[in-house]
Amino acid sequence: MSQINKNAQQLLVPIVSNKKVGQYHQIIINVGDLASLCRPGNFVAINVGGDSSSMILRRAFAISRVSVNATFGGTMEIIAAAHGQGSKWLCAQGEGVVLDIVAPLGTAFGIPTEPVPVLLVGGGYGSAPLFGLAEVLNARGCRVDMLLGASTASKIYAPMEGKRAVNSMRIYTEDGSMGQTGRVTDPISEIIKDLDVAVVYSCGPMAMLSAITKITDSLSVVHQCAVEEAMACGIGVCMTCVLPVENEDGKISMLRSCIDGPVMDGSRVQWSLVGKQL
Amino acid sequence: MSSLDFSTTIGNTWFPAPTFTASGCASSGRELAQFFPLREMGGVVTKSVMSKERAGRSTPRMAETPSGMLNSIGLQGPGIDAFIAKDIPYLIEQKARVIVSIAGETVEEYSTLARKLRSVSGISAIEVNISCPNVENRGLVFACDPEASRRVIDGVRRTIGGELPIIAKLSPDVTDLVTIARGVVDAGADGLALINTVLGMVINVDTMRPHLGGKTGGLSGPAIRPIAVRAVYQVHAALPQVPILGMGGVASGKDALEMILAGASGVSIGTASFGNPTAIMKIQNELKQLLIDRGFTSLKQAIGYAHRPETEQVNV
Repeated sequence: MSQINKNAQQLLVPIVSNKKVGQYHQIIINVGDLASLCRPGNFVAINVGGDSSSMILRRAFAISRVSVNATFGGTMEIIAAAHGQGSKWLCAQGEGVVLDIVAPLGTAFGIPTEPVPVLLVGGGYGSAPLFGLAEVLNARGCRVDMLLGASTASKIYAPMEGKRAVNSMRIYTEDGSMGQTGRVTDPISEIIKDLDVAVVYSCGPMAMLSAITKITDSLSVVHQCAVEEAMACGIGVCMTCVLPVENEDGKISMLRSCIDGPVMDGSRVQWSLVGKQL
Repeated sequence: MSSLDFSTTIGNTWFPAPTFTASGCASSGRELAQFFPLREMGGVVTKSVMSKERAGRSTPRMAETPSGMLNSIGLQGPGIDAFIAKDIPYLIEQKARVIVSIAGETVEEYSTLARKLRSVSGISAIEVNISCPNVENRGLVFACDPEASRRVIDGVRRTIGGELPIIAKLSPDVTDLVTIARGVVDAGADGLALINTVLGMVINVDTMRPHLGGKTGGLSGPAIRPIAVRAVYQVHAALPQVPILGMGGVASGKDALEMILAGASGVSIGTASFGNPTAIMKIQNELKQLLIDRGFTSLKQAIGYAHRPETEQVNV
C-alpha cells in the first residue's frame, strides 16, 4: 500500500482575506509552499472555534484553488457556507487570524493525458473546486464546459473570473431565479453526445452525483465525482465517512471518503446502498 | 530536560512511554504515520479486529456533541487473517510497539482470535475488547455481565498461555465496575483498559428520528473525561496492583496527568487524534514536563498519587 496522504502537513497559517461572495465566504489562507502540493479535489481540515471551543472536530473544505502570488507567497482558497456552528465561526474570522490546518488531504481529480473534451458539473457551492480544476484542464488543452445548478439563485457559486477557463457555462435553478429553470442533470446526456465528452467531473450533493452516474453509466463515459460525507477526522482513522464502493472483483466494501475519496469513480459507488446496512 | 524515567510496564511488558492510541481511534496506525513516527509513542493499540471481515454499521456513523462525539462504526475491519498479514508487519517495520485489540461475538470467537495471535511475533500485548457498544445485540456486551466477562478472559488466557499480557477493556455503563474488574483479573487479565465509550443518542430534530444509522452510539471526547477519571480512581483503589490504561477524553498533558494520578499506568488517546493528528506527541511532551515540574523522577511515582492518605503532603 502506498503511503497515505503523503503530502499532508499540519500548519498554523494566517487568513489573507475573507470576502462575502453572494451567500458564501471566499476565504484565502497563506499556506506558503504547501500550495504547490495541493491538487484539484484535495481538501483541507480546519480547526474551528479556538482553543477553548467545545467543537472538537475539524471541518473539511474542498480546496477550491491554490495560487502562488508575489505578495503572499502560496495561498489556498476555500469557499464556505455559514451553515453550522463551526462554519459560522470560520466565516466570522478576518484577515490575520491564524488557523490550524491539515492539508492537502484525500484523492485528487485525475487529469486526462490527452486534450479531450470534458464536462464539469457543480451543485450549490460544490462548484467551488471545479474552477481550480477547470484551469488545470484548460492548461492541458481540454475543451471545458461547465454546468452549475442549485435550488435558487443565491445558492449558485459562480465567480466572474471562473469563466476564464471554460468554453461555456450554463446555470440551472429549480425555481428559475437564475439561468434556465430545471435541474443541472437535464442537459448532461445531450452535451456528452454533442461534444463527445470523455470525462464528467462533478461535485455537489449526493443525490446529484447519483443522478449523474445513472446518465454516465448508460453512455460509458468516465465520471469522477467528489463525494461529501460527514467526517470526524479527515485523515482515515475514524471510519465514519464511509461509502459502499465496488472494487475490481465486484466486491462491495465500505471505503473512507476521506482517504479513498473524496474523488471517486462514480460508476463504482453503490449509490442505492448509501446509508444502508451492507 | 532533567532526568525522568517515563517508562511504564503492563504485565511483563515494558514501554518507553506511557502514551498509546486508543483502539478504534487510529485504525492500524498507518494513517497517523504521516504525522509522526509511530515508534515515538508508547504503543499503538490497533482497532479491535474480529475473526471475519466486517462492513460495520450504516451511515451516518458520527454526530458531534458538545466537547465530544458519538460514533457508531460497528467494528468495521478486515478480519484477523488480513490484519495479521498486512497490518502487524507494517507496524513492526515502523518499530512501533503493538497492542492488538480483539473483539468477538462469542466466547469462542475471542479464543479463536487469541489462537491466531499466539504464533505472531512482535506483539507487546493483547487488548480484549469486551465492551464495544456498537454490536447488534446489546445484551451481548460482555463487559456488562461479570460472568460473561470472566469467561471471555478465561478463554483467551487459556489459549494464549502465560506469556502475552492481556488487557481487558471495560465499559463504564455498569453499576459496579469494580466487581467486573476483579472478575476479569481473577480470570487472568494482567491489565485493564478503562473506559470504552459511553452509550448515547442524538435525535435529529428535522427528521425527528435518531441521527445515527445505528441509532445509539458511543460517546467519546472530553465530555466523558470525568467519568473515566472516576472509573480509573475507583478501580485503582480496589485493585492497586493491576495496571490500568486510562482513556476517555484525554486531550492534553494535564488530562493525561489526571489519569496517572487517579491510578493509570498509561494513557490512551483516541478522539483527540481526530481533531489533531499530532495530539499524542503533544500530550506526551506536556505530560513529561508536568511530571518534571512537580518533582517526580519517574512516571511510576505518580501512578495513583491522588490516593495518598489525607495527612500526607506533596512528597516527591
